[in-house]
Amino acid sequence: MSYVRLVNVTKKFGSVTAVDKLNLEINKGECFSMLGPSGCGKTTTLRMVAGFEDLDDGEIHVGERLLSAKRRNFYVPPEKRDFGMVFQAFAVWPHLSVYENVAFPLRLRKLSSQEIDARTKDALEHTNLLHVANDSPDSLSGGGKQRVALARALAINPDVMLLDEPLSSLDPHLREEMRFEIKDLQRHYGFTIIYVTHDQSEAMALSDRIMVMKNGVVQQIDTPFNVYTHPANKFVFSFIGLSNFTDVAAEDAKVYVKGSDLILPYSGEERGGLFTMATRPSEIDFVAEGGLRGEVVRRTYLGDIVDYSIKVGEQFLRVQKGRNDVRLNEGEICGLKFKHPFWYDAD
Amino acid sequence: MPVMKRRSFGVPEMLLFLSVAILVIVVAVPVLLILYTSFFVDGHFNAGQVMSILSEPDIYEALLNSLFIASGTCIMSTFIGTLFAWLVVRTDLPYKGFMKTLFLVPFMLPSFIGAIAWKMLLSPRSGYINILLMDLFNLEEPVFDIYGYGGIMAIETMYLFPFVFIQVCGALERMDPTLEESARISGASLLTITRKITLPLMAPSIMSGALLIVLYSMAHFGTVAVLGMENGIFNIPVLIYEKIHQSAGSFDSIRAGTVMAAVLIVSAAFIIWLQNKVLSRGRYQIIAGKSFRPMEVKLRGLRIPLFIFCLAYIGFTIVLPTVTIFLVGGLSTYGVDITWENLSLDNYKFILFEWDLTRDAIWNSVSLGLGAAVITMFAGVMISYVIVKMQVRGKGILEFLGMLPFSVPGSVIALGVILAWSGKFGINLYNTVWIILVSYIARYMAFSLKANSAALEQVHDSLVEAARACGAGMGQALKDIVLPLVRPGMFAAFFLIFLPAMRELTVSIMLYAPTTRTIGVAIYTLNEDGETVLSAALAGIALIIIVTGQSVIKYFQNRKAG
Ligand SMILES: Nc1ncnc2c1ncn2[C@@H]1O[C@H](COP(=O)(O)OP(=O)(O)OP(=O)(O)O)[C@@H](O)[C@H]1O
Ligand SMILES: [Mg+2]
Repeated sequence: MSYVRLVNVTKKFGSVTAVDKLNLEINKGECFSMLGPSGCGKTTTLRMVAGFEDLDDGEIHVGERLLSAKRRNFYVPPEKRDFGMVFQAFAVWPHLSVYENVAFPLRLRKLSSQEIDARTKDALEHTNLLHVANDSPDSLSGGGKQRVALARALAINPDVMLLDEPLSSLDPHLREEMRFEIKDLQRHYGFTIIYVTHDQSEAMALSDRIMVMKNGVVQQIDTPFNVYTHPANKFVFSFIGLSNFTDVAAEDAKVYVKGSDLILPYSGEERGGLFTMATRPSEIDFVAEGGLRGEVVRRTYLGDIVDYSIKVGEQFLRVQKGRNDVRLNEGEICGLKFKHPFWYDAD
Repeated sequence: MPVMKRRSFGVPEMLLFLSVAILVIVVAVPVLLILYTSFFVDGHFNAGQVMSILSEPDIYEALLNSLFIASGTCIMSTFIGTLFAWLVVRTDLPYKGFMKTLFLVPFMLPSFIGAIAWKMLLSPRSGYINILLMDLFNLEEPVFDIYGYGGIMAIETMYLFPFVFIQVCGALERMDPTLEESARISGASLLTITRKITLPLMAPSIMSGALLIVLYSMAHFGTVAVLGMENGIFNIPVLIYEKIHQSAGSFDSIRAGTVMAAVLIVSAAFIIWLQNKVLSRGRYQIIAGKSFRPMEVKLRGLRIPLFIFCLAYIGFTIVLPTVTIFLVGGLSTYGVDITWENLSLDNYKFILFEWDLTRDAIWNSVSLGLGAAVITMFAGVMISYVIVKMQVRGKGILEFLGMLPFSVPGSVIALGVILAWSGKFGINLYNTVWIILVSYIARYMAFSLKANSAALEQVHDSLVEAARACGAGMGQALKDIVLPLVRPGMFAAFFLIFLPAMRELTVSIMLYAPTTRTIGVAIYTLNEDGETVLSAALAGIALIIIVTGQSVIKYFQNRKAG
């Protein structure tokens, strides 16, 4: 049942089209991530949902409510949308105590003072902040400040929670911890999350579905598993996980590594001329007999993983193997077998 | 590890010693002499005498007036400065960038020239606006009277509000816009956000600007001197000037002067202390890391009216007085109608090429300005270098002394310099141009220290270390790495000193002799003597020099940036 709906949403800044004809349906209670490189329009999309940006085309609905519509020049202002939102730079108010930060949205809603107190304490409790309620947020660490921001967003018990890179100001260890906290909070409160990040592992870990964007255009919307195993195009393939791209050429119904006479096993649709094979370093096996012949030019230990650079014809491939798998030495000739190669048109 | 041989007195110690010596001689000794003279009688501490001097009616009144005028000016400037800052940073006011530049123009205009211009416009008897309104509406009585507390506060506000404006603009621009956006998404309307989030977060900046205005207004001479005389309104600096001038150096009046100067020193120190406290208490971490365009408040129906209001404000406070000065400077006698027939360049020619008094004044100001700027610039580089970059024992003293120039008002410096350089220590510079030079150096040291430390702080230590690691000696590293990097600071310091020196009044008025008038003194005394048109013409020439200088700086700064 789709809850948040974006129809043909477009936003331009001068000559830059930040978001281009975006159609999107997000289910109630879903955790939906927007993923993409810097400047691809994630924040702009989120800010349009929040109401901070007007649209250049399209409409935004949440449930039965129309929130933004270019054609009718109709915009519900951000303060009337009843969303929770968390920003990258914490944005907690240093002149108010932790308690007052969290109580702020409740006080604006003309609730009884008992109810304000109860709901503030509830939000503080679920974010483990009760013991610092009367402190200034400036005395908290980055993680603490971000919890205050979360608690403040939770306090009104919103149906939709907008998160714009909420964890990217934190150090890596804390980041992983907070992911689970956000997930737990969602389970408890049941809100719908729209989550912006450029960190693919964060998106994979948190989300029910991921949208990958590039230059304001949607590339793929699917579950983390499908985005990884069935990337819609070369860009998605390269953006999620590690990737090898090998230029290949078809000739006489055979597919060669470009610039060599090495033949690749090919089972896709019929193609001619130049195109590209995409493989993941972890999905290449070394085989003693047959396979694509290559030479080990560099071997690097990355803890549990051994990273090889293999020269195939004039090109290089990365292969990653477990610490306990077969070990090859630099200079050795090996055979490569590709588990799930993808084939894309050449650029 | 090789053990370094400890030198007990090397180059760093020598630089420190020199820096301390300069600050002690130029700033500390005059201030100490004032405090000593006011609290010690015949070598004995005597606080009772201080109290009895402070309770003399005229001194008491000057104190109250200083406080009253400073408070009024502070309130008005804070209100106007905050409003305009908010308008040009946070709203969709048209031509915001340009408006912001215009609001900073009063910074470079001398307020006593503004006061003279407003006197020409709004004096009850002969002010052009009053006459115009009386003619227009057939009134018997003039509408405005500039010669009162209201007039004085209004004129001071016109020239001082940029201190609040610039502080608040900076704070608003640096503020992380998501602080406001998160209030908005929490359900707060723009008005609530401004009240509950923006203003409280700005409070330290607003307060600090407001305190600066109290400091400057209490120590401000020109406006009160020009406009207060008529109704007998005077503040501390004006009374100090009168005491020193009229009583020809009698000890009693010098002592009365030093007691008042001591009051200024103490209040200045208190204000600076308070300002540091406000700023450090309220130094919230509100600086944006990665920022978007801040939220813009849509003024909607008020957009055009507010824009017109801003334009009118600029027209009234900048354009009108400036035009008045130039026009009156072209008249043959003050009071005749401003018509084409009555206007000529005769006064300007007379002032520039014929009259020794004004030619001397221009020459004095230019040479004093150049001399003070060059000396202070080099001294400032050295002192800032020791403070910012060097690790020497005893640097704390220098840091303390370096704070002094920021807080010593002009009339205090002038009086202190008189005490120190009138033969007490075997050197008598009184009535020479040198005493003015010494006082300019003391007065403008703060600017030089500020500009140079700002430039030096940008030079990371590792740059010098990298050069030395490459084999450059300390001297080589200074010459090739540090000097090019501090040049912008020195350049800025030069103009920050030269231009204000061209229009200086507070200090020079206390120190001038018949042949050592500066431009400011000449404009002021001509105006006092009723030579209104000549005074206006000279003021016009001063404005041209200042504006040209500003344009030169702008040109070089833009060229560096672009
Ligand atoms: N207020 C604005 N004015 C002009 N251009 C803007 C504005 N906001 C965003 N843009 C442009 O729109 C495009 C999309 O920006 P957006 O901030 O949505 O990217 P993003 O995906 O959030 O990137 P990041 O990962 O860096 O946060 C960029 O090219 C950006 O420069
Ligand atoms: Mg972003």
